[in-house]
Amino acid sequence: MSSLQGMLASLWRYRGFVRASVARDFQLRFRGSALGFAWTLLQPIGTVVVLTLVFTSIMQPRMPGAGAYTYSIYLCAGVFSWGLFAEIVQRELNVFIEHANFLKKSSFPRSSLPLIVALSALINFLMAFAIYFVFLVAIDRFPGWVALWAAPVIVLMTLLAVGLGVLLGTANVFFRDLGPAISILMQFWFWLTPIVYPISAVPEFVRGWLSLNPVTPLVTSLHGIFVDGRAPAGSALVMPAAVAVLVCVAALLAFRSQSDNIVDEL
Amino acid sequence: MQALALCNVGKAYRRYAHPRDRLAELVLPWRARHEDIWVLRNVDATIESGESVAVVGQNGAGKSTLLKLITGVTKPTEGSIVRNGRIAAILELGIGFHPEFTGRQNILIAAQLMGIAMDEMAQAMPSIAAFAEIDDYFDQPLRVYSSGMQVRLAFSVATAIRPDVLILDEALSVGDAYFQHKCAARIRAFRAQGTTLVFVSHDPTAIRTLCDRALLFDRGMLAKDGSPDQVLEYYNAAIAKREADYQIRAVEATSAGRAGTRSGDRRATIESVDLHDASGQSVRALQSNARARIRITLAAHAPLESLTVGFLIRDRLGNDAFGTNTYHLRTPVSALAAGERYECTFSFDALALGQGHYSISVALHEADSHLARNHDWWDQALVFQVLRADEPYRLGIANLPVSSSGVRPIGSAVSEAPPDREGAWQR
Repeated sequence: MSSLQGMLASLWRYRGFVRASVARDFQLRFRGSALGFAWTLLQPIGTVVVLTLVFTSIMQPRMPGAGAYTYSIYLCAGVFSWGLFAEIVQRELNVFIEHANFLKKSSFPRSSLPLIVALSALINFLMAFAIYFVFLVAIDRFPGWVALWAAPVIVLMTLLAVGLGVLLGTANVFFRDLGPAISILMQFWFWLTPIVYPISAVPEFVRGWLSLNPVTPLVTSLHGIFVDGRAPAGSALVMPAAVAVLVCVAALLAFRSQSDNIVDEL
Repeated sequence: MQALALCNVGKAYRRYAHPRDRLAELVLPWRARHEDIWVLRNVDATIESGESVAVVGQNGAGKSTLLKLITGVTKPTEGSIVRNGRIAAILELGIGFHPEFTGRQNILIAAQLMGIAMDEMAQAMPSIAAFAEIDDYFDQPLRVYSSGMQVRLAFSVATAIRPDVLILDEALSVGDAYFQHKCAARIRAFRAQGTTLVFVSHDPTAIRTLCDRALLFDRGMLAKDGSPDQVLEYYNAAIAKREADYQIRAVEATSAGRAGTRSGDRRATIESVDLHDASGQSVRALQSNARARIRITLAAHAPLESLTVGFLIRDRLGNDAFGTNTYHLRTPVSALAAGERYECTFSFDALALGQGHYSISVALHEADSHLARNHDWWDQALVFQVLRADEPYRLGIANLPVSSSGVRPIGSAVSEAPPDREGAWQR
């Protein structure tokens, strides 16, 4: 893998493999179950229903400017997008180790493995988000065209997750302590991101720290879009975009320099 | 044209004593904390287009690493490799197969993993299914396949499109005999069409019939490069013996290896049993029909009027191959004094056993058999291996001197070579 161009060219040659692998990954989730494809939709439906029931009928937390479903809308936006982020990071973390035999026994573009993981997670997320949209329409809270703003936010989220995941996944081949350590850190990260709680609920000095978390502005932007129907401020996305580019470049450099060593180490 | 050119190729793996050392090396890069383990070094070889080359050597000699380097799965630590043409490698059958998917689905993904275009694959699909002979199972999930069917499908898809260079890692030794022949036929057909073949094998017959050249690897070095006959001869004589010897001794060193059953009244005991070659060296592996000597040392613990020492050689399955004792050989034994040590040897001009593993059991007793009065019976005191000498193929535990007249009209004059021993035949 001498150059970025070479890498992209070989990925393009193996696009059929990538496509088939993503499809296989998708099919594999519910292979052998009677409902099959329906489960990909039933799972996010379950999430929406549970969060809505619990927080509109049972707990009823007070949200600023609240409607009946506001907190549920708020929660789902965060839970689904965090789900995408966490799934990519966790799976990229182990992608090389899981495919050790594959990497050791056949010659193919190794960069296709992280790509397959990212695409598969993205498809999974889009299913869930489609359900979310249906829910918004059903309760008459769909924000309209401003929902399109979710696309760049999700792209940034994905880039951030892939960069971070590949960087850590490469390192994890050599330092296996990273795997379990990252799993624990992800739990902290979840609670350090305003997903369950509104950022206004935390004390002022903590807010400063939370804003250092690149996922915070992304999730907050989604909240803005779906709860208030407000497009995210461009300035809010600068920091996560910068971090995303940074980790992606770092991941690319690390992967390119270590790609041959990965095979030897596995 | 050269299909492959290896120039001073070497491969080293890093070994760290502890995972912490790797971290320490990352933090303090000026102090190396790893050990380079060279699995292959100084390999120079060119393989011409259309050549068939066997790669021979013991386990751990570097054969699989060589194939991985040629395939490009791993990169050489030093030196360079030049490749020409499309390389297909079967380093392991069934890579990329998933048990939940059907044969057809698995074929598609396996083909794409090999970089074969979809339309090319779609065309080849019927012939893949036909070659694998899986008929109705083609659209069933792989998990319901027998292991034989999986192997057939894997080989079939891996060789569906004729490559310029085909690399096989012992893939031929899979499946039943019928399918092996089918595989060999396909490989021969590729060869006839100009495919370069590089394959690892332990089967001398396959090497002789499929290859016109062999590379012998020993401890990471290219030890010999020549015709299959030359290389196999050298391999059998030098390396195979050493390795077999080493492996048997490694087992002997474990407690399980020493656990041969002992029984008897212990008036005399066997102290050691050893096998010596023509030069008097202790060995555990020798070539068929080589000179050999069994040396037994024993100790008498009571005064004995007479003593018979006997041995029995058994094959791997426990069948008696050959045995006798000093009583039947009429080698008299003088009275033994208590507390003294003695030795006894049995010598063979030619140990005419076929290739395989054998054990030697030794007994000390009175008169003609150990049934009378048994002092010490040591079951499987020693294990050794007989390796094929450089001679035509033969089967079984006996390696008898034999010659053939060939097929000729009945009653015609014979001009056959004299038999190995005992003068000429009476006709």
